[in-house]
Amino acid sequence: MAAQGGEDVLALAAQWRAAGEEVAIATVVETWGSSPRPAGSRFAVSASGRMAGSVSGGCIEGAVAEAAQQTMRTGAPQLLEFGISDEQAWAVGLACGGKVKVFVEKLG
Amino acid sequence: MTPVMLERLLAATRAGRPVVLATRLADGAQYLLPEDAAEAGPALAEAAAAALAADQPALQEGWFLHPHNPPLRLFIVGAVHIAQAMLPMAAALGYAVTVIDPRRAFATAERLPGVAIRHDWPDEALAELAPDARSAVVTLTHDPKIDDPALVAALNSPAFYVGALGSTRTHAKRLARLREAGLSEAALARIHAPVGLDIKAVTAPEIALSIMAEIVATRRGSGLARRG
Repeated sequence: MAAQGGEDVLALAAQWRAAGEEVAIATVVETWGSSPRPAGSRFAVSASGRMAGSVSGGCIEGAVAEAAQQTMRTGAPQLLEFGISDEQAWAVGLACGGKVKVFVEKLG
Repeated sequence: MTPVMLERLLAATRAGRPVVLATRLADGAQYLLPEDAAEAGPALAEAAAAALAADQPALQEGWFLHPHNPPLRLFIVGAVHIAQAMLPMAAALGYAVTVIDPRRAFATAERLPGVAIRHDWPDEALAELAPDARSAVVTLTHDPKIDDPALVAALNSPAFYVGALGSTRTHAKRLARLREAGLSEAALARIHAPVGLDIKAVTAPEIALSIMAEIVATRRGSGLARRG
């Protein structure tokens, strides 16, 4: 299961929420080229900034965490796309040459 | 994701039930399949079943189908030092491990924390555990009385990886015994021996790493896993 994103991430997300925190979950849903994490990889974020799992080799987690905070506030899911042609992705450093789509949803 | 959906997904994975979380990317609507097949409709349910069989996520008409299969399984025959070193690596790689060793002095919970332990003979244990195409079997005892029945059982199963510890000379003798026991050349060719990728491993953790690396290479279809 670890290869598929890990239930540990989901179990942690459930624990954080049970402890009274807002939580959002990000999932890689599509990849092209040499993206470092396969579809199904998960990354959970809490309102206080706790993080678990990953959706890349560490290059886009910052941007995804920001989007996750927004999704926690609005409740609306987001479909993010990062790639080498994407200014923002360059800014956050997806230099591996791949492209990745990440779905961000609120747990709630 | 609703907390109820998350709890259903976690309950299924804890119970070892294969399920697919289907998410509509436009609005985040979700089903858990096959449980919600009636609401989701036959097209989505069929695509979900295919994603489970392939053990790969898929996109279908705006839905993300995320399969959650039970963990891969690793059966280690022989509660030896190398087995101990394999445990934390196997856990991190997503394998549920069972250690089989009829020698009770070796196979203790103290030596093997957090894994299932069987004290019956490997052929009996494996008959019950029924290795499938998501299972790997590794023999480590060096004792033909224990290793050979395990290998026969493993080779009669669809396990994706079968490995046996022992030198090239030991393995040649082993092959002769197994041939005599009636195993075909095609079956014998499935045995990875000497076990593990050739990384010049010396210590128990290094050998454990070489074995786990070979298991991953085999599962992922790497050329490194092929034997000449």
